[in-house]
Amino acid sequence: MSNVIHFNSRKELEEAVDHNSVVLVDYWATWCGPCKMIAPAIEKLADAYAGKAVVGKVDVDQLSDLAQEAGIMSIPCIIVFKDGVELNRVVGARPYDALAALLDEAL
Amino acid sequence: MYDILILGSGPAGLSAAVAAQGRGKQCLVISNSGSSNPLTRAPIIHNYLGLPGLSGQAMLDKFLDHALSMGAELRTGRILTVMELDGVFYLTVGSDVYEGKKLILAGGVQRGQKYPGEAELLGSGVSYCATCDGMLYRKRPVVVVGRAKDAPLEANYLSQIGCQVTYVSPTEPVGLDGHIPAVRANRLEILGEGSVTGVCANGAVIPCDGVFVLRESVAPNDLLPELAIEEGYIKVDRQMRTNLPGVYAAGDCTGKPLQIAKAVGEGLIAGEAAAEAIEAESK
Repeated sequence: MSNVIHFNSRKELEEAVDHNSVVLVDYWATWCGPCKMIAPAIEKLADAYAGKAVVGKVDVDQLSDLAQEAGIMSIPCIIVFKDGVELNRVVGARPYDALAALLDEAL
Repeated sequence: MYDILILGSGPAGLSAAVAAQGRGKQCLVISNSGSSNPLTRAPIIHNYLGLPGLSGQAMLDKFLDHALSMGAELRTGRILTVMELDGVFYLTVGSDVYEGKKLILAGGVQRGQKYPGEAELLGSGVSYCATCDGMLYRKRPVVVVGRAKDAPLEANYLSQIGCQVTYVSPTEPVGLDGHIPAVRANRLEILGEGSVTGVCANGAVIPCDGVFVLRESVAPNDLLPELAIEEGYIKVDRQMRTNLPGVYAAGDCTGKPLQIAKAVGEGLIAGEAAAEAIEAESK
């Protein structure tokens, strides 16, 4: 069972960001090769940080309004929220260690 | 999963493929969309041992036939990203992802510098992937900088999904939809603070929200930022190993002389070394 949460609505994303200290959101799409490439790294993060941080995904095709509001201009785009506020974002495929470092910084 | 992913289908990459296939290792060779290899434009090659007088294209054709006859697979397209996770290399070409145990960089030498503003605005309006990011710019003005043979097709795609495309290239685009405005320019600057606001092409500003810079290939140290480079070339040891575990390099990308024989020799070493490493790990 995967620990990655798929946010299917604005409400689900907002609740997660509001009710958890640290949330990492991967903005992605099915047509995006680099997004698929980092999927295993995102899964691994979700497992490694289970109980400490929430790791989730937003499909920018499905929730295009949210992507636009967040100012997503390239995917994959990974945003880390701490206490409901955006702390960090990185654009483009990054290796696991770089993503883990983002979470470590927030925790 | 492939045993070895080889970036580049010139003499070094194909020689590596022949060497590794000869040791029973399955290789995937990834080639640029256009024939950007300068060898294709060499009318005659005088200095390749035993085979004087062939054209560059004829020689490349022979090399490719040889590698394919050994069982290597070929995929054409632009490599966008490379990543390693738990000893597996992942590599993206368009929207496809390939996996391999080892990586051989044999992409030749890079030509063309980045444009002013390009690195600073990458991810903030500058993109190298029309398929990835096109949808984010629907109904908005974008500029496609065409520096690759397949760039007009990508511009057509962006136009079809609803982007307002202007095509900028130094030469006449081949295959561009007639209704897409094309601008001929070679001096480019990408404008914007924090996000893209336009492109300056030969002194004239084209306002836009996104810029798709489409070159034949992404530079190896953009694909692998940790890769050690020395005087403009990838640093390797006698086994063609780079500083990154599991990553080898061969041919022009490792340094002078930029010659076929040297590329073929280095490709052989890289193919052998990668194959040996796989065998050692599976024991």
